[in-house]
Amino acid sequence: MYSKTVQVWVGIFVMAGMASLLMLSMKVSNISAFTETDGYEVTANFANIGGLKVRSPVSMAGVVIGRVAKIGFDRESYEAVVTIKIQNQYDNIPEDASVSIFTAGLLGEQYIDMEAGGAEEFLRQGSELQLTQSAIVLEQIIGQFIVSQADE
Amino acid sequence: MESTSNHLIQIRDLVYRRGNRAIFDGVDIDIQRGKLTAIMGPSGTGKTTLLRLIGGQLRPDEGSVVVDGQNVPDLKYGALYELRKRMGMLFQNGALLTDINVFDNVAFPLREHTDLSESMIRDLVLMKLHAVGLRGARDLMPSELSGGMSRRVALARAIALDPMMIMYDEPFTGQDPISMGVLVSLLRSLTDALGLTSVVVSHDVKESLSIADYVYVISEGKVVEHGTPSTLEQSTSPWVQQFIQGQSDGPVPFHFPAPDYAEDLLGNNS
Amino acid sequence: MIGFLQRLGATTIGVNERLGRGSLFLWHVLGGFPGLLPRFQLVIQQMYSVGVLSLLIIAVAGLFVGMVLALQGYNTLVDFGATESLGVMVALSLVRELGPVVAGLLFAGRAGSALTAEIGLMKATEQLSAMEMMAVDPLHRIVAPRFLAGILSMPLLAAIFSAVAIIGGHLVGVELLGVDEGAFWSQMQAKVDLYDDIANGVIKSIVFGFVITWIAVFEGYDAVPTSEGVSRATTNTVVHGSLAVLGLDFILTALMFD
Repeated sequence: MYSKTVQVWVGIFVMAGMASLLMLSMKVSNISAFTETDGYEVTANFANIGGLKVRSPVSMAGVVIGRVAKIGFDRESYEAVVTIKIQNQYDNIPEDASVSIFTAGLLGEQYIDMEAGGAEEFLRQGSELQLTQSAIVLEQIIGQFIVSQADE
Repeated sequence: MESTSNHLIQIRDLVYRRGNRAIFDGVDIDIQRGKLTAIMGPSGTGKTTLLRLIGGQLRPDEGSVVVDGQNVPDLKYGALYELRKRMGMLFQNGALLTDINVFDNVAFPLREHTDLSESMIRDLVLMKLHAVGLRGARDLMPSELSGGMSRRVALARAIALDPMMIMYDEPFTGQDPISMGVLVSLLRSLTDALGLTSVVVSHDVKESLSIADYVYVISEGKVVEHGTPSTLEQSTSPWVQQFIQGQSDGPVPFHFPAPDYAEDLLGNNS
Repeated sequence: MIGFLQRLGATTIGVNERLGRGSLFLWHVLGGFPGLLPRFQLVIQQMYSVGVLSLLIIAVAGLFVGMVLALQGYNTLVDFGATESLGVMVALSLVRELGPVVAGLLFAGRAGSALTAEIGLMKATEQLSAMEMMAVDPLHRIVAPRFLAGILSMPLLAAIFSAVAIIGGHLVGVELLGVDEGAFWSQMQAKVDLYDDIANGVIKSIVFGFVITWIAVFEGYDAVPTSEGVSRATTNTVVHGSLAVLGLDFILTALMFD
């Protein structure tokens, strides 16, 4: 009593919907969010992280190699503790790499830029990065600029 | 104990109000098994409401409606639906499902309530349609049927599950003489052939009296008169006489209650 | 003043009564869902009238919305020399907002009104009553499959809308206006997040589907059983459904995207 055309059409409809969802997740968004789960974590202390957020990108020479996994606060040193998850394939980063918080463009998102050092040892799970440079806060720069102008 | 009694339906002290208006105000009705009982009354006396009370679609404010030993207003969801499987109801316009054809309409209750095979259902449906004389119309859609035909299809649907009783809501209204005659004889023959208990609600006096075994006349929320058709015709009540004869004036006035005519025209009523 | 207060009070009571009836109705209908599993044919039948028949308007509207977004976005972005971000802009506005919302509005207009009219007419012609007397619960047999079909169809329709719209944006942005194809897709992939954006968009569309279908079937079931009552109920479905989509969108956006 149920017509076949109806069933076929509903089948087409469901297929089209599923295909659209698949396209949205594969082609439009970064499906890498799934695969990113395996990696190793290192920590770095910053005096100021500005507008850095969990899942902000970590890049080296402009290539995204990991993401911010966690942001904490050190009660003793009053510094921000940023946990960075680096993908396993990047396993030869020297231990003395330095990290800085930069802004993409003038008003863009903040991200962590990592620069290689010269040490023989490589970073591994639990390493702590010593060389850090805090986020540049625009108001501070403007303030310093005004003060230095007044000094002259 | 009641289920063995002669009365399939016993209504006692039924009170049903809509807003402040009492539709029924202490009504007692007994309906005998295997008989055709007509319930008559002027339009607007809540005859359809009575059927809905029996079917459990409405709940009375007071009183009891006992059907086959069970008091309908007390029934829980499951028990009520079980009871309804043994009741058939013919709605005024048939109320066929408009998106499926005649065959599927009659097959609907069978498919919903039984696990019969399609070939069994086909045989049953054709038997029921044959009984109402519409076996040839099985592929038509409800919109292609005349009023009388859709009522007959609805009747076939109502008897599909072989119920113990059928309630007819105004089965004769708005029919041409031929369809009317068909329906009248169909009602009588179904009642006799299947041993059904039939309740016919109608204000078509002549047709109802011609086939009923017993008649109740309701007006203003009360039973005015009851008895066999012949006792009714000899009733001394002037109201019943006016109703049966169809006179325009009598105890039921021609005029709706209104202030004095002359006063009203002069616009004196403040 | 008294008159105003009285009207306000009467409206409040009326709205509360309807909400109460609507909730009881919902409860009863949801109770019919388990019974649908062995008879999923009923739901498929309804997915045809709710989903497939809405497909054309959803796809056409999606294509045009995407093309217009790309056109407008390009004109704005070109001033900042940021036309590479066109893909991000189109995709983000679609998956987060426009996809679920516009698809929801169209769904309320196309499928919602049809549902209300169908159920309302079944009530007016006593078909629902007749079913009750045949010991078939119309809330389980008629309303529940339509409800489930609406909830299942809406996310699919919203996804189709967004996908078609992004293709439309691609057509205009890349093929017509000459934005770099690589930048269009890669920027999009870099900025659109599977969880934050896509998943939240899908959740939105499920919520919209639930609420619109609820309104539609309830309006139909609760309609005054006359032709005038049914037509008013149909109008109510479109108006209330659309307002519910817009209001809920605000609440959901506030909850999801901080």
